[in-house]
Amino acid sequence: MFKHRHLLGLGKLTAEDIAYILRLTASFKEIIDRDVKKFPTLKGKAVVNLFYEASTRTRNSFELAAKYLSADTISFASSGSSVEKGETLKDTAKTLEMMGVDAIVIRHGSSGAAEFLSRHVRVPVINAGDGTHEHPTQALLDMFTVMEKKGTLSGLKVAIVGDILHSRVARSNIFGFTKMGAEVYVAGPATLMPPDVEKTGARLAGTVDEAVKDADVVMALRIQLERQKKGMFPTAKEYSGFFGINGERLKLAKPDALLLHPGPVNRGLELCSEVVDGLQSLINEQVRNGVAVRMAVLYILIGGGRK
Amino acid sequence: MKKLLKGARVLDPARGLDGVMDVLIEGGKISAVDKEVTAGDAEVVDLTGLVLVPGLVDMHVHFRDPGFQYKEDIESGSRSAAAGGFTTVACMPNTNPPVDNAALVSYVISKAERVGLVRVLPVGCVSKGRQGREMAEIGDMAAAGAVAFSDDGKPVADSSLMRRALLYASMFDRVVIDHCEEPALSEGGVMNEGYISTVLGLPGTPRSAEETAVARDIILAGETGARVHIAHVSTRGSVELIRRAKAEGVRVSCEVTPHHLVLTEEVVMGYDTCAKVNPPLRTEEDVEALIEGLKDGTIDAIATDHAPHSEDEKDLEFDRAAFGISGLETALGLVLTCLVTPGKLSLSEAVRKMTREPAGILGVEAGTLKPGSSADITVIDPDREWTVNKYDFLSKGKNTPFHGWKLKGKAVMTFTGGKMVFKDAAWERDRKARIVYKTGGSPRP
Repeated sequence: MFKHRHLLGLGKLTAEDIAYILRLTASFKEIIDRDVKKFPTLKGKAVVNLFYEASTRTRNSFELAAKYLSADTISFASSGSSVEKGETLKDTAKTLEMMGVDAIVIRHGSSGAAEFLSRHVRVPVINAGDGTHEHPTQALLDMFTVMEKKGTLSGLKVAIVGDILHSRVARSNIFGFTKMGAEVYVAGPATLMPPDVEKTGARLAGTVDEAVKDADVVMALRIQLERQKKGMFPTAKEYSGFFGINGERLKLAKPDALLLHPGPVNRGLELCSEVVDGLQSLINEQVRNGVAVRMAVLYILIGGGRK
Repeated sequence: MKKLLKGARVLDPARGLDGVMDVLIEGGKISAVDKEVTAGDAEVVDLTGLVLVPGLVDMHVHFRDPGFQYKEDIESGSRSAAAGGFTTVACMPNTNPPVDNAALVSYVISKAERVGLVRVLPVGCVSKGRQGREMAEIGDMAAAGAVAFSDDGKPVADSSLMRRALLYASMFDRVVIDHCEEPALSEGGVMNEGYISTVLGLPGTPRSAEETAVARDIILAGETGARVHIAHVSTRGSVELIRRAKAEGVRVSCEVTPHHLVLTEEVVMGYDTCAKVNPPLRTEEDVEALIEGLKDGTIDAIATDHAPHSEDEKDLEFDRAAFGISGLETALGLVLTCLVTPGKLSLSEAVRKMTREPAGILGVEAGTLKPGSSADITVIDPDREWTVNKYDFLSKGKNTPFHGWKLKGKAVMTFTGGKMVFKDAAWERDRKARIVYKTGGSPRP
């Protein structure tokens, strides 16, 4: 069913692989809703969270997902560790592998770091975000969130708005949603649009309004403020005016359109508070689904779901 | 000691020679190239079925000496060059300290002479400390034996410094070699900017980073009348700019590397750091333009940009890995297999671009079999099929994207000044076995 040893990115998965993960996610979500959230599926397994970049929700989400399935977890943050003493990623991972961990969840600032690691260790590697490449579990939880509300992904119009160039969330979502039959439109400043983006299967919209018009899903991306310092766009004020999603712009989408954001949100920049807290916003639901998706991924890779 | 190399197809594009001939070596020099040379007391080497060409010239290598001898040194680099069929190499000054004064130029020359395998010609820095601010002592370095000037690895970003360097170096009849890259445009880039960089999420280097610098250099060379040489061109746009400039009479020359001629950005998929090189590997369209440029003479020379690194500097996350390919030992095989065999470039043209042309740009006596010249000779077995194995490299740098490639055609003997500096042992074994078999004897057990 699922032949991959690692989860490095959605670019490497088929539609069937993605559908399988999403199906399992539904059953794991049920567990989170229970009073006693402990299942013995991964009892006796150990998962390490190897985080080279600051992260709150993704790291906690992976940790809880593993704990709900009874795995032992350790968290490894690069600060205060052997990394500060100059240890390479390869050596750090080897060390952890020798301690007997069954899976490595990695967040790293270099694109390709997860794939690099997968060539050097024998245990499954789960990409929790590598540079500006992919963030597959984020896209899976986004797709799951949409699937829950819409029943399908096929034929939906999905608008992804913002800094596409530096966004691993955008890449994973473009690969994932297009494989599942959705039409993905991207919009944002030309300085933050990757070259040949249309070859990935996405469509390039000339303006945010064009992307959002009649969309079923509107996804705003987080703007990293250091991009502004690099002069990728003039000011935050100008950005929010041309590329931010406010109530009026959201009205261009279908009346039942869903609003997503990978978090954390810069209120007043890429999203106005009125839409963050509005009825169409699924930002909190995304976080809840994130745990379920990660439970499904851990189960598939180390709990016998890989057949 | 006389040596008579008999029966090879002798190819000397500098003199328009191509035919089965004998070459007589006497006192380290070529004394005769002709049909049926006889010399009673000479040691005879039978080269039937092989191709004999002038010792190959590589105008762009990094021997990392002084300062980075863990990557390569003048001795290992010389062995690697000889094994690749090269007898003359020009080595770039991005060492530690950089070769920016006459004493360091002399160090490189004297160490290479002590090693005594190939001719190592130092390229001196354009600027002091390779810092791109003040001009280095170009005249002193030229007098000490520097054949050209370059801040290679870095461009000369300051246009005024570049202009002065062109003018100043031209007084000593030396060429300035520029690594064309506009730093503001290439900042952070680790591969070609395009579809693949988008998919991999890697910062891209746009073609404009190279082309704006090429255009600037052409304009400065045109204005000053001085010579400029563009290192490792990688884009269609650069080829077009240089073609137009040459037609207008600007004194510009350029080189291309084997890897830019045979690989595209596709090989970076999977984050293979052996394919991380600067300038980056481009696209099919660029490769076609580079080959076209070689054919029509826009591109003068093939040079390796041999850039050895240690494994620890390459086996890393892609953005942290060093740029560069160890190229001396695969260059000839790649050119023969990927350009000559499919008919994209004639053997004679390929040899010219690896001998006479680069020697001419550097203004050195090399790359010809003219009687009286130093007996620098490369013997090629055009039918030799071999598999690239990086662990067999004599270079310390095993960083090649060609590991495992099957190539046809290889340097099997290299002579510098009449002295054999390389012989392919595996090839010799196979050839002897074949000769014994053909003459009806039984091969030794």
